[in-house]
Amino acid sequence: MKAKKHDYEAGLAVISTEKIQDPGLEPHRVRMTDKSVKHEQSANRQVAALFLLSAFGSVFSIYAYFAFPITEDLATVRANNLWLGLGITLGLLGIGIGAVHWAKTLMPDAEVTEERKQTRGSEEVRARAIEIIKLADQESGFTRRKLIRRSMYGALALFPLPAIFFFGDLGPNPGDSLRHTMWKKGTRLAKDPDGTPIKASDVTLGSIFHVIPAGLAELHDDRLNEKAKAAVILVRVNPAELIETEERKSWSYDGIVAYSKICTHVGCPVALYEQQTHHLLCPCHQSTFDLVDGCKVIFGPAARPLPQLPIAVDAEGYLIAQSDFDQPVGPSFWER
Amino acid sequence: MRKTLKNSRRSPLAAIFVIAAGLILSGGGYAVATSAVENTTANTAISAQEQIKEGERLFLANCATCHGVNGVGTAAGPTVIGVGAASADFQVSSGRMPGQASGPQMPPKPVQFTEEQIAAIAAYVGSLGVGPSIPTADMLEANGDSSRGGELFRINCAMCHNAAGAGGALTEGKWAPTLKGVSAKHVYEAMLTGPQNMPVFNDANLTPSDKKDIITYLAYIEANPSAGGYELAGLGPVAEGLFLWIFGFGLIILITMWLGAKSN
Repeated sequence: MKAKKHDYEAGLAVISTEKIQDPGLEPHRVRMTDKSVKHEQSANRQVAALFLLSAFGSVFSIYAYFAFPITEDLATVRANNLWLGLGITLGLLGIGIGAVHWAKTLMPDAEVTEERKQTRGSEEVRARAIEIIKLADQESGFTRRKLIRRSMYGALALFPLPAIFFFGDLGPNPGDSLRHTMWKKGTRLAKDPDGTPIKASDVTLGSIFHVIPAGLAELHDDRLNEKAKAAVILVRVNPAELIETEERKSWSYDGIVAYSKICTHVGCPVALYEQQTHHLLCPCHQSTFDLVDGCKVIFGPAARPLPQLPIAVDAEGYLIAQSDFDQPVGPSFWER
Repeated sequence: MRKTLKNSRRSPLAAIFVIAAGLILSGGGYAVATSAVENTTANTAISAQEQIKEGERLFLANCATCHGVNGVGTAAGPTVIGVGAASADFQVSSGRMPGQASGPQMPPKPVQFTEEQIAAIAAYVGSLGVGPSIPTADMLEANGDSSRGGELFRINCAMCHNAAGAGGALTEGKWAPTLKGVSAKHVYEAMLTGPQNMPVFNDANLTPSDKKDIITYLAYIEANPSAGGYELAGLGPVAEGLFLWIFGFGLIILITMWLGAKSN
């Protein structure tokens, strides 16, 4: 390729011939407090008044401590916090504002220009620094004593190593626990929070039940973790309105459907159910799911439908799960 | 003469006469008493019948355009057969019905009927099919367990109505109304009947005692001010964050400007 000839130098920047000039310092303006005694005296009084206000605030907060005690009545917390806080605020703010006001109005008004220090030290200082380092090396024998130097490098290199093992305790890795919930074949659907099992006949048209697996209420250590994965909402709609794929036809019971309550976006509980539109809205980021159409996402940032819990009815008429969810509930962590 | 008396007393007819007199006396008295009772039942039956008749008249004039003659529903409005007296009472006495214009949601408006008229409409709608009836006063007393009510409220209601009952937005222009200042009767009826887009919470889901606990909780949070200070209408983190950004940071910026400014 033949280089083009230009009659300007490399670079296309337009360089103005008129550089912006350094405006220098503003002319010094004499303060009113320096010009008139009246102003000076009034500033004097203002600063004193601010300090007095501070003193009043401190005394008032002591008074408020005794006058507004916190009792059994929760409402007393409010009065206690408010008056105590106001007193302490006045106490501190009065001192601060008073001191700044004092400095600005009454202390000497001399303007000082201080140039920045040069980054590079003088030749003398630099030579002296090198001298000190050489002396230190000589005295400690750092270069001379090879055994000590190398063993020290080894020690320093190994020192952070234990931390790797300590951080291991932040785990254990979740393993496949994110892929499974408490639901299994035959687990009864129960009401949150008391764990009463739900009969299919209890779920009337337009009803919504907030459901936990039976037995969850009795768990101790893992109750909240299990609940966070297994929470389900149960709704009955007119069976004619349900749009079901062939393989999911057997997952509902007479118009009763159960879906995971955990949003597939970032895991908020999706529970705002509108019984006429069958919209299910997540309050965090407004993901909207169509409950009668397999909980498909119809609005918002969620990327996949809510997982459906296959349900059936046992011999006593109670709703039971046919199995666990067929996919992990909540955010699609495996894609992140 | 004495003999005659003795004879007639012994006559077989005498016994019949005595029995007949006794029967007439007791039977007559019973008949009088019964007819008195019958009269009162007949009166209430007639007045209930009249109330339903009056309700039907009001329904035809004010509701049937959308809900159809005999409440069968039209394209403009759902059927009201089987929704129960509680539903009609809620909709009409909260001013949501008669609806003013079709839209995403029927807002509460000034109530358009007297209490008797509302009772008549409710009685008529209740007579159309089996449905929930209006809760009685003892079901609405706020004397339940407010902390249990709070837990039930957070599980079943707070996602739409806000943890403090301040209400919130739903999809496509709909909203969950605030529960502040809503009567216990309306709260109970709404849970029972699921008005508009609110789901139904029947007695198997939230038992009458659960509903009472929720009403107690709502009464408690309405009667007790927020312990944490001014609650900014209870709208939650967005309102609180906005307040802090504007007023808190505004104040900090003003103070910083004052600190840097030269004195006059």
